Amino acid sequence: MTNPMIDVQDLRIAFGPKEVVKGVTLSVPAGESFGIVGESGSGKSTVLRALAGLNQHWTGEIRFEGAPVASKRPRAFFRKVQMVFQDPFGSLHPRQTIDRILSEFLSVNGLDDVDGRVNRALDAVALPQSVRFRFPHQLSGGQRQRVAIARALIAEPKVLLLDEPTSALDVSVQAEVLNLLGRLRKSHGLTYVMVSHNMSVVAHLCDRLGVMQHGEMVEQLSVTDLRARRATHPHTRELVELGQALASTA
Amino acid sequence: MLADFRAWALDDLATSRRQAAWGRRYRIWLALKANPLAMIGLFIIVLCVLLAFLAPLLAPYDPAIQDLENRLARPSADHLLGTDELGRDILSRLLYGGRITLGIVVAVVVMVAPVGLAVGTIAGYFGGWVDKTLMRLTDVFLAFPRLILALAFVAALNPGVQSAILAIALTAWPPYARIARAETLTVRNSEFIEAVAMTGASPWRIILRHVAPLCVPSLVVRVTLDMASIIITAASLGFLGMGAQPPSPEWGAMIATAKRFILDQWWVALSPCIAILLVSLAFNFLGDGLRDVLDPKQD
Repeated sequence: MTNPMIDVQDLRIAFGPKEVVKGVTLSVPAGESFGIVGESGSGKSTVLRALAGLNQHWTGEIRFEGAPVASKRPRAFFRKVQMVFQDPFGSLHPRQTIDRILSEFLSVNGLDDVDGRVNRALDAVALPQSVRFRFPHQLSGGQRQRVAIARALIAEPKVLLLDEPTSALDVSVQAEVLNLLGRLRKSHGLTYVMVSHNMSVVAHLCDRLGVMQHGEMVEQLSVTDLRARRATHPHTRELVELGQALASTA
Repeated sequence: MLADFRAWALDDLATSRRQAAWGRRYRIWLALKANPLAMIGLFIIVLCVLLAFLAPLLAPYDPAIQDLENRLARPSADHLLGTDELGRDILSRLLYGGRITLGIVVAVVVMVAPVGLAVGTIAGYFGGWVDKTLMRLTDVFLAFPRLILALAFVAALNPGVQSAILAIALTAWPPYARIARAETLTVRNSEFIEAVAMTGASPWRIILRHVAPLCVPSLVVRVTLDMASIIITAASLGFLGMGAQPPSPEWGAMIATAKRFILDQWWVALSPCIAILLVSLAFNFLGDGLRDVLDPKQD
């Protein structure tokens, strides 16, 4: 049996005396898209940041392709795992052109063919070449999020960690970005872990999902089961009903 | 030619790194140009730098040549601003003095701004004990009144221009470190810095290439506003005999020697006073204008 792409055992994270992630265990096979759903403060983003290496104070075990990772990641790690952040207005350096933002990874890792790679990354996220030398404030929210996705893709990663990649966008743009992410997963053979508070976004993009409440992962189920209303945990049902109530008012 | 540059720089569809960079610079220049006070300040500063630079060509007399027959002369056609207590031409001394005074300012800024920027960004980015150590050190220097520390320092060394520069530099960097640290703290946990960290970049690279450029605008503003006080500190040291030594025509030293006859021969002290006032004011105007243009918080 091959190792799963991501394997997390008993992950615990505390901020001071308060434990915000209380023993999360999950496993994501290569090529799968796994969603983590929960309310604000349920610890879902904290789990993702620990996976990304941005939060270094955790205990438990995190393995990528079977190999355990230390809390401080070596540079090679980031060629395998990249992240797309929640806020496209906060995740792009305000004083750097798109070109500089995209080529930073290449320059840090000493990769050649900068022009070709940057242009291919822009193509992959369906951005015109003309945005390359603009500044982030000259782009729309959807375009910025595409830039953020292109920045992650330029590392040619195997795993993309998505931290509410659409929650800061307009509804019409949300669908565009979600479809883009879905296409990229197929064409690049990516494994996704996506955090969201929106059940329908997760159901749209993911194969399987885990529901978090108060720092614990209370249920894991497939999206098929979710659609067939086979969720067993009351919190999962609560979130599903909340999503439907919101959808019907909108 | 100029119109071409304008169209090229303001083109929203920049096609090269250079064009994007120049577009940003040109927009800053346009914004600054719209501010009349800042332009007045810039004009005065450029004029003073030019005058000081061209002093050997412009000065009617040698600033050190004495003419005891003609001491403390009123302004006249021969001596446009009159002569001092040794009969030296005040206009010539003023022009040459500009070199010393502006030279001190430039030297101090070149020494101080990078140190403050480095200390502040390193303290702010690393946090923890690095931050505590560097900031307590900064506090120690901040705790001394500026002029007193400079005076003590000059007294310990030999009085002179170099010691004055060192002394002012020693007392001028802490505010820059504070500003750079504050700016660093506002950006260090932002997502765009985390995104850079996820390229595998070292902390030093992040500080130098991503954090420091964001601190530079507020530092530039503060430096420009501080230049006035550097000039005044330099003049004060000169006035107290701890800065430039006679016969060197530093503006503060000129006022110091003229104070003995300030009531009877007021013109001797007046022109260096006006020179200091004008240059300080000009730097303040420019600093205010730059703040409006560069301060990232106003975006």
